[in-house]
Amino acid sequence: MLFGGGLVVKVSGLTLARPGVKNIVLVEGVRTPFLLSGTTYANLMPHDLARAALQGLLNKTSLPKDAVDYIIYGIVIQEVKTSNVAREAALGAGFSDKIPAHTVTMACISSNQAMTSAVGLIAAGQCDAVVAGGAEFMSDVPIRHSRKMRKTMLALNRAKTLGQKLSLIGSIRMSHLSPELPAVAEFSTAETMGHSADRLAAAFGVSRLEQDEFALRSHTLAKKAQDDGLLEDVITFKVPGRDIVSKDNGIRPSSMEQMAKLKPAFVKPHGTVTAANSSFLTDGASAVLIMSEEKALAMGYKPKAYLRDFVYVSQDPKDQLLLGPTYSTPKVLERAGLSMSDIDVFEFHEAFAGQIMANLKAMDSDWFGQTYMGRKAKVGTPPMDKFNLWGGSLSLGHPFGATGCRLVTTVAHRLKKEGGQYGLVAACAAGGQGHAMVIEAYPQ
Amino acid sequence: HFGHRSGMLSLSRTHVSYEVKDDVAVVRMNDPNSKVNTISIQMQNEMTEVMNELWANDAVKSAVLISSKPGCFIAGADINMIQACSSAEEVTKLSQEGQKMFELVEKSPKPIVAAINGSCLGGGLEFAIACQYRIATKSKKTVLGTPEVMLGLLPGAGGTQRLPKMVGLPNAFDMMLTGRNIRADKAKKMGLVHHLVDPLGPGLKSPEQRTMDYLEEVAIQFAKGIVDKKIPLQKDKGMMQKIQDYVMSFEFVRNQIYKTVHGKVMKQSKGLYPAPLKIIECVKTGVEQGPTAGYLAESQNFGQLAMTAESSALIGLYHGQVACKKNRFGSPAKEVKTLAILGAGLMGAGIAQVTVDKGVRTILKDTTVQGLARGEEQVYKGLNDKTKKKSITSFERDSILSNLCGQLDYKGFEKVDMVIEAVFEDIKIKHAVLKEVEAVVSPHCIFASNTSALPIKDIAAASKRPDKVIGMHYFSPVDKMQLLEIITTDQTSKDTTASAVAVGLKQGKVIIVVGDGPGFYTTRCLAPVLVEAVRVLQEGADPKKLDSLTTSFGFPVGAATLVDEVGIDVAVHVAEDLGKAFGSRFGGGNVDVLKTMVELGFKGRKSGKGWYVYEPGRKIKEVNPEIGEILENYRMKANPAVSSDSDVQYRLISRFVNEAVLCLQEGILNGPLEGDIGAVFGLGFPPCLGGPFRFLDSFGADKLVAKMQQFEAVYGNQFSPCQLLLDHAKDSSKKFHK
Repeated sequence: MLFGGGLVVKVSGLTLARPGVKNIVLVEGVRTPFLLSGTTYANLMPHDLARAALQGLLNKTSLPKDAVDYIIYGIVIQEVKTSNVAREAALGAGFSDKIPAHTVTMACISSNQAMTSAVGLIAAGQCDAVVAGGAEFMSDVPIRHSRKMRKTMLALNRAKTLGQKLSLIGSIRMSHLSPELPAVAEFSTAETMGHSADRLAAAFGVSRLEQDEFALRSHTLAKKAQDDGLLEDVITFKVPGRDIVSKDNGIRPSSMEQMAKLKPAFVKPHGTVTAANSSFLTDGASAVLIMSEEKALAMGYKPKAYLRDFVYVSQDPKDQLLLGPTYSTPKVLERAGLSMSDIDVFEFHEAFAGQIMANLKAMDSDWFGQTYMGRKAKVGTPPMDKFNLWGGSLSLGHPFGATGCRLVTTVAHRLKKEGGQYGLVAACAAGGQGHAMVIEAYPQ
Repeated sequence: HFGHRSGMLSLSRTHVSYEVKDDVAVVRMNDPNSKVNTISIQMQNEMTEVMNELWANDAVKSAVLISSKPGCFIAGADINMIQACSSAEEVTKLSQEGQKMFELVEKSPKPIVAAINGSCLGGGLEFAIACQYRIATKSKKTVLGTPEVMLGLLPGAGGTQRLPKMVGLPNAFDMMLTGRNIRADKAKKMGLVHHLVDPLGPGLKSPEQRTMDYLEEVAIQFAKGIVDKKIPLQKDKGMMQKIQDYVMSFEFVRNQIYKTVHGKVMKQSKGLYPAPLKIIECVKTGVEQGPTAGYLAESQNFGQLAMTAESSALIGLYHGQVACKKNRFGSPAKEVKTLAILGAGLMGAGIAQVTVDKGVRTILKDTTVQGLARGEEQVYKGLNDKTKKKSITSFERDSILSNLCGQLDYKGFEKVDMVIEAVFEDIKIKHAVLKEVEAVVSPHCIFASNTSALPIKDIAAASKRPDKVIGMHYFSPVDKMQLLEIITTDQTSKDTTASAVAVGLKQGKVIIVVGDGPGFYTTRCLAPVLVEAVRVLQEGADPKKLDSLTTSFGFPVGAATLVDEVGIDVAVHVAEDLGKAFGSRFGGGNVDVLKTMVELGFKGRKSGKGWYVYEPGRKIKEVNPEIGEILENYRMKANPAVSSDSDVQYRLISRFVNEAVLCLQEGILNGPLEGDIGAVFGLGFPPCLGGPFRFLDSFGADKLVAKMQQFEAVYGNQFSPCQLLLDHAKDSSKKFHK
């Protein structure tokens, strides 16, 4: 496709640039290889992964270490020692200690929130260049003592005499010692996400076969993208004490027969969600450099894409936990004045194959659109030949806090590779929330 | 993904249909004339027909039994079918037909999977447990149980025989003797159902419909699995179960259980209810003498029970309760979305508690920080107890509590649709708050008074819009007591009444709507009983004796204990106010006894001392030792002609009943049905007697009048039967209930 040499004007004439609204661009996006948790990254800490992503970004962009105004990171499971993981990672990555950093959390769309916060800061004129990113480290999660034990231990801290201390120690019972494990469960409903995904799939009549097929598609496409060297956002990372890693290690195209052998993981024995058609626990981090267009050009960068309209949505965390994309897609398209057919590249977060299929069915249903979304007709579905063509969270992995940046960077790369103009990112998140963003190709 | 072969739909069938999916017959029940499915003669006939077809059909290897109604599997046997019988033999025959049908189901050569969503009660449960396999949804609407005992009956279609085998003697007795509803997860733990299915949210159909379809799909999978022997019908028994079975294999252990259960029933029912005893007998016969004797005992006892006065009383109450859960005043013009309650005391906070969890924004206003804090804590505790019992989650508790707004001023009252005052029972205070409220609320706002005795028209006298003033008399503790007595004056508008009833129904109350007057209906019936009780005590009975006389007549709470619960000070108010209003008819015991108690600080349970001593943690109630002296000072001489135990009981009950009939005569009551409901659910009138009016119908007005005249000769007009009662006594064909 031919594009003109102008900064914002394209040959097609179609652009989402609006008068009075600052053009904000994605300069670069990188990520560490996404690894199955408990593998090569096992002995790190969350900020180590974030640090690696940040250093990778610095290397790739040759960005001076004091050239950004702000750093924002997203994370879900927080390591208590590094609760503001953005700051710890930034310092460790060698950024100037004069750059403030904060951490955001919004479940699986945490790094989307980091990016849109950055967009907000730039749009508001507060900053010109911001690094946003996300990290997740599931190889080590904070496992707490029981509430009873914590109470006793805190009281022990305050106890003055030996007698008081001994009596507190003496009050410890076996039940005090059972630990509290974090679960990927909704606080409001106590339902694990996999269980909810299984119910969602059942509600939309998604079969086991459909789910296995979609999961296989994801792995197959991811493998192809990896082999073809398309996943250029992946940086190499020398893991302290371990090898250099440069590839995602969760991509495992299997066969339908093998996948069919697995037993349901959550709803037993009649459920449909299995380990093979769900995203797996993943360690990884991502980072993007976002700037105002003027700043990027002034610094001599060739931006990858414009970050345009975005929306957040939320709905019932019990029965519509993972339907975020269904609600966010039409909303963001409407904001941007686009229709589904204008979009060349779709990147949806794949939490579960059943969740993706349920969203596709919801978007294809007039009844659902009318009854639950107040629409006249259905949303319509993205064509599969434009959908997650380089794999997705099911195959590449899903470090909760880091996936959003991967989606946006992938859209930018795919737009360039496939020659499209508009891309759409959509994702669901715990809490019944969702997000979507429109991305426009930067003129070549 | 199932091969849809059109089922052999018989055109003549209206309640049961089936279709064959692959080799599984899906049998659907749907009573076209009712919101719920019941086991009626029609349903039974069609089911038998369908079953016979399935057994004869080689293309069918298994069956799924499911309802087409999302909220109801089968709610029970059709009560009208039983009531239409005129002899025990007829009912026994009904029972035997049910037994036979379920025996065929139990012995079905093709496995039948009961797929349960919604209520599965009584005959419905008996049907389900005759099936080979049970799958239930985890929906909150899914409940299993055998409520027959609450209608004075027993599970008469094999329930007393199958349940003990299925869930063990202790659980079976618990289910059948309490009639309690069991939620799906508990049912699974007990072994009552094999497998649970989660309810689904919205998809391509409504959540209710899709959940039903999903349940059916899963049940079909299981039915196939059972045929293919992939799903075992018997679960391997756990160690605890094996130990329990071993222990139960000893006759002396079982005998001990029968004895214990029998003792408990006798203690709680005072032998006034035949059904629980018959249930024990049927279970025992089946376990000890084998199924033939067991089934026979079940059907015969079922027939006998159906003919008892207790059963008709309880069934009458059931019908009454259903009737009192409807709004006969139509729907109000404006729904109450924000309710304000004045006074955060026991009553006020109780009303708040039953309102917030229905999604109504509730303002709880008090005048002091301490009072408000106590009230809000009461609401929190009530909800938190539900969390502990796992009927709601902690998240639901918090989100419910977000509807509650505690405050000390009238901020935001302009948006309030109804105000219920629960302030101190003093007409001056009531007038003051009424004026304060009317100064701040919008014109459509209704003012309801939760007074227990002050006439509403006296309260309304201070109002600028008396058409918006109404009485809403709640009973303590509000979250436990089902009754709400709504009082209308001549000026109360129909829409105001409709609105009050709608709020009460939303709060889950059983509602009677009565006319205005001192004490309305319930308090007016209670007052003469209270003064009579004081007289009985003055005549030398001690509180424990008085309690045992009343409880053995069927009152759930003894008279002395009841006064302690109500509060001695409240009793003084009621006795004095109504005494002034009704004169010597409301005389009897000396109110000064109660006044002296109040002066000494004996205000009942809330003050720690009343007739009894109350201490936290103390289980056994002791009589307040200081009461003896007070009673001694007011000692009255008992007249031996009217002082036998039975006389005392009838002195208490006849004054209650006479006052109730007088309320009907004066038009305070809308009808005998509401009179019975109010007496039983508000005042604990013996449920086995069905309420004062049903009691008169079965006991005989003439017999009661005769007793009253005997008491009248000694005590005077307090025992004079009212005209309507005399009319009924004169003509025995006159009945309050048809």
